[in-house]
Amino acid sequence: MLNPGEIMQTIKMISEENLDIRTITMGISLRDCSSEDITKSCDKIYDKIMNYAKNLVKTGEDIEREYGIPIINKRISVTPISLVAESCDEESYVKFAQALDRAAFETGVNFIGGFSALVHKGYTKGDHRLIDSIPYALAETKRVCSSVNVASTKAGINMDAVLQMGRIIKQTAALTEKEYGLGCAKLVVFANSVEDNPFMAGAYHGVGEGECVINVGVSGPGVVKCALEEVRGQEFGIVADTIKKTAFKITRMGQLVAQEASKRLGVPFGIVDLSLAPTPAIGDSVAYILEEMGIEKCGAHGTTAALALLNDAVKRVELWHPRMLVGLVVHSFQFQRMQE
Amino acid sequence: MKAVITVIGSDKVGIIARVATLLADNGVNILDISQTTMQDIFTMIMLTDISENKLKFTELAYALDDLGIQMGLSIKAQHEDIFNSMHRI
Repeated sequence: MLNPGEIMQTIKMISEENLDIRTITMGISLRDCSSEDITKSCDKIYDKIMNYAKNLVKTGEDIEREYGIPIINKRISVTPISLVAESCDEESYVKFAQALDRAAFETGVNFIGGFSALVHKGYTKGDHRLIDSIPYALAETKRVCSSVNVASTKAGINMDAVLQMGRIIKQTAALTEKEYGLGCAKLVVFANSVEDNPFMAGAYHGVGEGECVINVGVSGPGVVKCALEEVRGQEFGIVADTIKKTAFKITRMGQLVAQEASKRLGVPFGIVDLSLAPTPAIGDSVAYILEEMGIEKCGAHGTTAALALLNDAVKRVELWHPRMLVGLVVHSFQFQRMQE
Repeated sequence: MKAVITVIGSDKVGIIARVATLLADNGVNILDISQTTMQDIFTMIMLTDISENKLKFTELAYALDDLGIQMGLSIKAQHEDIFNSMHRI
């Protein structure tokens, strides 16, 4: 039986501490949408996205109302277009971006990610064409997001790609100059990109993924910060435990929403991504969490250690399919009190 | 199917009566109530059975929200699973 304290805690997390579902992202495989004819390929892409995602926004809104948890964004991610477009003989892949943009507009999502290439080990013809098209694609579309993976732990860093992306970023900024360089806000350069990231602008539907999937991103730095305020000055074990328990609650909520969306849309549930990344809302920053843990000011000595500890506490939430967005290697530290 | 209805706002005459009447009119059974008034702030949590609800859940939620606006209160109806998933394994 629920007790009133627990109910009020949840209500407070949502209304005052900025707890929300940051995004429901539907990942769609476009691996079967290739064609030598670019128009055919774009049509296949558009149709497939419409078929799977036509009810995504409405479902998100229904769940939001029934459960009382804000679902801020509904988004789509697709197979990296450099793979899908490669069979065409066109030099420019802007038409693909336009097809994605149309589908995003019709489905009502606010972003569609996947105008992407994976070049950490080398380029293919499709990769070259995709990357060359990025500045134009981002200038001519509103909702398309792009990403390029230029490095991985296994493969190393593709320095040619790093050099090229520097130029691509500048070109993208120049082409979107009238919008204050907005194109660059829709472009990500990655090392070790993940295949099922639900957050933009770096979301894409990796090649190891299935046909279609629902991934949910939950945002909770404000909630963790408020929980830590209650245990200020306490022993480090208690601080870690508080973070763990709070992360558990946030992730469970994300899992509930993901499973419900998956059921209603008839699409398998993928992952819940717990992000402590900050939002512009006041009090919703991971920097405040570190300061609450005892760092005098975020950036002072001990900041990296505190971040590693935070990561460690969150990662020990033992659930099916949770994942932390911050990719730090975590070692365990022995601290009694961070504030001393 | 159960829903949790929370009412928060300045205390005044008729809150419980009007909320309970709206629920009764729509076939919603109140299973449990917890209510407290602290320094004129009224807080009430109701666990309800909405399986015989005459309206769609979202319509009930809107109706309660409207009542809240009329009375100057925040009235939210939420599926109980959101609380169960966060606080129970």
